[in-house]
Amino acid sequence: MSIQQYIQDVYGAIKSLLKGMCVTGYYFLHPKEIITEQYPDNRATLKLAERFKGEVVMLHDENNEHACTGCTACELACPNGTIKIITQFDITPEGKKKKALNTFVYHLELCTMCNLCVEACPTGAIVMAQNFEHSVYDRKQLIKTLNKPGSKLRAGVE
Amino acid sequence: MHEVAGTTPEGDFIINVGPQHPATHGVLHLVITLEGETIKKIEPHLGYIHRSIEKMCESLTYRQFIYVTSRMDYLSAHINNHACALCVEKGLQVEVPLRAQYIRVMMDELTRIASHELWWGALAMDVGAFTPFFYAFRERETINEIMEETCGARLTMNYMVPGGVMADIHPQFQQKVNFFIALYKKKIEEYNELVTGNIIFQNRMKGVGFLSAENAISYGCSGPVARASGVACDVRKRYPYDVYEQVQFEEVIETGGDSFARYLVRIREMEQSVHIIEQLIDNIPEGDFQAKTKAVLKLPKGEFYQRVETARGELGVYIVSEGGTTPYRIKFRSPGFSNLSALNEMAKGGKIGDLVATMGTLDLVIPDIDR
Repeated sequence: MSIQQYIQDVYGAIKSLLKGMCVTGYYFLHPKEIITEQYPDNRATLKLAERFKGEVVMLHDENNEHACTGCTACELACPNGTIKIITQFDITPEGKKKKALNTFVYHLELCTMCNLCVEACPTGAIVMAQNFEHSVYDRKQLIKTLNKPGSKLRAGVE
Repeated sequence: MHEVAGTTPEGDFIINVGPQHPATHGVLHLVITLEGETIKKIEPHLGYIHRSIEKMCESLTYRQFIYVTSRMDYLSAHINNHACALCVEKGLQVEVPLRAQYIRVMMDELTRIASHELWWGALAMDVGAFTPFFYAFRERETINEIMEETCGARLTMNYMVPGGVMADIHPQFQQKVNFFIALYKKKIEEYNELVTGNIIFQNRMKGVGFLSAENAISYGCSGPVARASGVACDVRKRYPYDVYEQVQFEEVIETGGDSFARYLVRIREMEQSVHIIEQLIDNIPEGDFQAKTKAVLKLPKGEFYQRVETARGELGVYIVSEGGTTPYRIKFRSPGFSNLSALNEMAKGGKIGDLVATMGTLDLVIPDIDR
């Protein structure tokens, strides 16, 4: 290696290092460009996307009525066996037997938030909610019943 | 039986790298035979994160099995899902609406950029530069936000379904992507100043981990690893799917074959991905985002194969159907496995200090190799 080549290499090395240091220095002097979110301190202002898939919930209106007919389409669509629907037979005013929802069991610990159950639901009874802080001390607490106590099927939903 | 520690009869030293080693980016176990500091042989031992995804898919329906493939190469989850959706569509002979094709391709390219961003940061960290990792994650966060808004998840999206995509794009999607493109074009120069032009980085990369074109082909390498050795193997160009035929982009090929060539291929590939998104983002056609399919999908009896270009190379999905609602057999041809098998050729004769840099340019994702 010639002396000239050696000096060129040293010059190139110092130049490239300085270039890199310029970028680092720029951010040192411009702290406003830092985008770190201070979770969990920013819980109050934290905004999640409206489509964020956090957990499955069942929609209830003000009369404590839901739209789940107990058709088990979501149970069949689920790849992990997350959903278990227990049905019962109601007697309609005409005296006929009609299949209805008793308990909607949702195993949050098995759920992968793939959204297939929501897609499969013919009546739009279940949706994805944004809550994502699911840590509990006992995994039994993750087995949830989605229909509220005393709730019943909304009239007109078949 | 392999010897996994101690010395060989010839007096060579055997050491283990991994399975819990930060530089292997996952549970990869390498058994290395050393002569002094020179590597004589590398043997990857796999199986630490085997979840038998292929067997699992056999008990899932054609709608359900797609979500599992997000867990293979989790950095290109969209592209894995895309491959499965395309393969099922091939069997069903469903025509995917043009709008869905546009959305799919844009999502694929955004995923590719996000994946390469992470690789870039991790590689720089492997060779000792810590700050680029944060810069890479800053830009990746912009993509993750776009994904979160449209798909509802940041990493395992499960957005592609047979027949199209699960939901229409978010109203703000175009605006956000345009913002990202403008941001990215500014930042890529910063990347080049910070890392590509850096003399220490270049000296660590140049002439290290050489892979010849013959070896790249015989080991079945694909993606940036093979293209850095001068093998033209971009599936998007050779076997175009969806709207890749209509977009203009350059197949990035370098002939160096060393670590630096693999680095350059990925950096330039990111620019091409931005170029593809630019062409599509303002011309998304109106229409359905999903073709009408039956509630229960049944593939006709036969065999179906579809390949796509993931961020790491060629992913093949092979479905054998007996005519039922679940596949009889599924096989995934993952790019990482073939790329890893060429590591012995690359690192042989080199120094152990260069191994981490070589491995970094392979861009290994271990769950993709093990499945």
